[in-house]
Amino acid sequence: MTATQEPATEFGRARPRKEDARLVTGQTTWTDNITLPGMLHINFVRSPYAHARITSVDVSGALQVPGVLAAFSGADFAEEQGSLPCAWPVTPDIVIPAHPPMAVDEVRYVGEAVACVIARDRYTAADALSAVDVNYEPLPPVLDIRTALDESSPKVHEAGNKSFEWTFANGDLDAAFRDAPMVIERNYRQQRLIPSAMEPRSVVCSCVGGEFTLWSATQIPHVVRLMLALVTGIPEQNIRVIAPDVGGGFGSKLQMTAEEVLAVLIARRLGRPVKWTESRSEGNLTVHHGRDQWQRIRIAAERDGHLRGLSVDLLADMGAYLMLITPGVPLLGAFLYNGIYKMDAYSFRCTGVFTTKMPTDAYRGAGRPEATFAIERTMDDLAAELGMDPLQLRERNWIRHDEFPYTTITNMTYDSGNYEAATERAKELFRYDELREEQEQRRASGNPVQLGIGISTFIEACGWAPSRILGQLAYAGGGWEHASIRMLPTGKVEIVTGTSPHGQGHETVWSQIVADQLGVPFEDVRVLHGDTLIAPKGWDTYGSRSVAVGGPAIVGACEKVIGKAKVIASGLLEAPPEEIEFSGGTFHVRGSDGVTKTIQEIALATFAAHEIPDGVEPSIDADATFDPVNFSFPHGTHLCATEVDTETGQVTIRSYVAVDDVGKAVNPQIVEGQVHGGLAQGIAQALFEEAIYDDEGNLLTTTMADYLLPSAADLPSFVTDRTETPATTNMLGVKGVGEAGTIASTPAVVNAIVDALRPLGIRDITMPCTPERVWRAINAAQQANGGAA
Amino acid sequence: MTRITVKVDGVSYEDDVEPRLLLVHYLRERVGKTGTPIGCDTSNCGACTVHLDGISVKSCAVLAVQADGSEITTIEGLANGEWHPLQQAFHSEHALQCGYCTPGMIMAAADLLRENPDPSDQEIREGLEGNLCRCTGYENIVRAVRRVAESGVTS
Repeated sequence: MTATQEPATEFGRARPRKEDARLVTGQTTWTDNITLPGMLHINFVRSPYAHARITSVDVSGALQVPGVLAAFSGADFAEEQGSLPCAWPVTPDIVIPAHPPMAVDEVRYVGEAVACVIARDRYTAADALSAVDVNYEPLPPVLDIRTALDESSPKVHEAGNKSFEWTFANGDLDAAFRDAPMVIERNYRQQRLIPSAMEPRSVVCSCVGGEFTLWSATQIPHVVRLMLALVTGIPEQNIRVIAPDVGGGFGSKLQMTAEEVLAVLIARRLGRPVKWTESRSEGNLTVHHGRDQWQRIRIAAERDGHLRGLSVDLLADMGAYLMLITPGVPLLGAFLYNGIYKMDAYSFRCTGVFTTKMPTDAYRGAGRPEATFAIERTMDDLAAELGMDPLQLRERNWIRHDEFPYTTITNMTYDSGNYEAATERAKELFRYDELREEQEQRRASGNPVQLGIGISTFIEACGWAPSRILGQLAYAGGGWEHASIRMLPTGKVEIVTGTSPHGQGHETVWSQIVADQLGVPFEDVRVLHGDTLIAPKGWDTYGSRSVAVGGPAIVGACEKVIGKAKVIASGLLEAPPEEIEFSGGTFHVRGSDGVTKTIQEIALATFAAHEIPDGVEPSIDADATFDPVNFSFPHGTHLCATEVDTETGQVTIRSYVAVDDVGKAVNPQIVEGQVHGGLAQGIAQALFEEAIYDDEGNLLTTTMADYLLPSAADLPSFVTDRTETPATTNMLGVKGVGEAGTIASTPAVVNAIVDALRPLGIRDITMPCTPERVWRAINAAQQANGGAA
Repeated sequence: MTRITVKVDGVSYEDDVEPRLLLVHYLRERVGKTGTPIGCDTSNCGACTVHLDGISVKSCAVLAVQADGSEITTIEGLANGEWHPLQQAFHSEHALQCGYCTPGMIMAAADLLRENPDPSDQEIREGLEGNLCRCTGYENIVRAVRRVAESGVTS
């Protein structure tokens, strides 16, 4: 709750967004809106088997369908399609199986592409799919990671079902658990989720004279360009990737997809532009999934609640192949199972296991929601075992605000935070004490609708960087971010950013930052992004990194612009550069009330270049790259009250309070919006969503009728507020906010449900906590209690 | 092929269409109204919501031939010189992030306010149940619709 330091006109202002003008009027360019002359449509024949050998593919029937120009099998591209990349080989001996964009010999999940049809319109392409004849020899599916490592299990790949085992340990765990007065062990299920961005994936590719332009609904145009070059061998300079307006990602568009590679190869083969847009059913099958872990947690504590040690053992479902960062996702949580708490010892082990299911990869939070769920659920349970208030237990263990910077048991250094302040504010907004009283009354009166209170004092590591640490974790890429500032002759400003927004509002927020830095009007700034020709450098948008890494890059570029402009101003103002000062968009000579020059005047003078000092280049444009020394650590306290109907199992969220500390907020309205959306997704994991495969490996939740995204009627109104401890690792003091709500909310909701039912002896309910599951848990508990409610 | 006559955002069109052609594909690919997006294939998401003779419909669940003789308004035809109050309110209240659901959400909200000019928050939530948003958590969408309702200027 730090006061703003300086009067800044744009920083901290709840600006409505620039982006909205095209979005609320339907003038947006989604990839699927793009039509090129002569453009053809691709549709894919996909495997109906979870695991099978392909014995033959005959596309000749499809070629007889009027309007079909071509049809191909995987074998037709075997020599040029390469293998989809995994950029995160987490251990030296990790098994990374070949992953052809179109299967050639074997399919390993339902939905894997085996052939494609290219026609002049999308209806014809769809019609012709049934004329492709594929024969399979079914092989046994592998669906449960808990038995997939048994000797007797069928194998997904020849090398077996284990991809890797990754471990980390610090402190003396044996000592921590030896003679510990309190040890509890819990097993949690992180169900498989489908990210479900509202815009389905779509790709358009043209190939003219060996130069490729790929439009894609992607979060990562820069990474896609690089990966396309590596996978296909097409020279990088001949590939341009454009992410037009992109309709949400949540990690699902952080991928080098089979369809992107194949669109490029097909465009080259046919010499015609091509488009592929997935249907939602196709997308549920083939957009990478999220989560899917089994977690075994053991925690040792003193009788008074002080934590001694924590041991984490994970099984993580990789699915059939390793995609861009599949094996790294659990590692993103590995350093956060300790949460905000001090302890003496920690051990972590994760085993990555192959199954015949869609690969998993990043989904909002990626590893950190799983870690947060485990520690926050365990803390509530530990408090119950100790007979303590769960907030009191947390307070006894958390890092106090005067202990920062604090190096945790996982060797992360949390630079700033104030858990006391966030918790105090959340309790106040929530009316914590009153709700506890009401809970007691309901318990005492045997009210069939019980009240539960769930807590999540979460932390996350975000701001995807620093490159050096990512390298130490065996991630192949970097994490810096790049920005350019271009001063136009009319005094207007272009920001070129390497971030690639898909709903976050970078055009607005980056304009706010530059308006302050350069003293120019917000309206005079334009943000360019998402096209590798226009914005050639960057690492794109994911991991709550854009403002925390991309923001400082913009500031750095602005500082260079000002530095260069000072030199030019010194010539015009006839004073040495070191005597030129800049404030509020104007250059003046220190101590002089005389002539001044605005930055717009300097831009024009630089453009004309009539009076540039000798030896000075006639440009004040500048580039900057920022690579922070540490992650940033947003945190917060979320409190959830649920009413659980013990007769029907129905759970209703009565109130939800989220107090987040994301450091400084450039645009508080956008920050609040990010929290709201994150909450919805985290609550949805707790209550509604699950990707379900049947015993043969068929996905049962292929539509939005089966995979239940929450509607407005399913969600409560949220109470949100912020406390503010600035990040110390960037000059803006920002931490990032994209994933906070999702990371925090899932355990808050499940803790609240379990808290309502704890008097029945219920300690856990597997997510999603549907009415049926809650009812079954209640029923089983009542049976165990001898039928008494 | 079947000949249909429709008016879309105030302009008349006469076209031969396959009987199976979905209205949303007709709007996007024949009339060029790409402001109406497609989010699913089971009529669950509502992204493609338009007004058919003044009533909101999911245009993926209507065949183009069923719209013969009808007047259709899409998000592109909603503004009348200046933005519709819902477009303005969605902007002011930050009721959109990626914006993919927004055309359908605004068209559904307009129909909701036509039926019930002064809905409670719960009625707004229930009235928009057929339109899914993955970004906003709906909080600001409810605020935007309420803001328009409170202003009394709903069209």
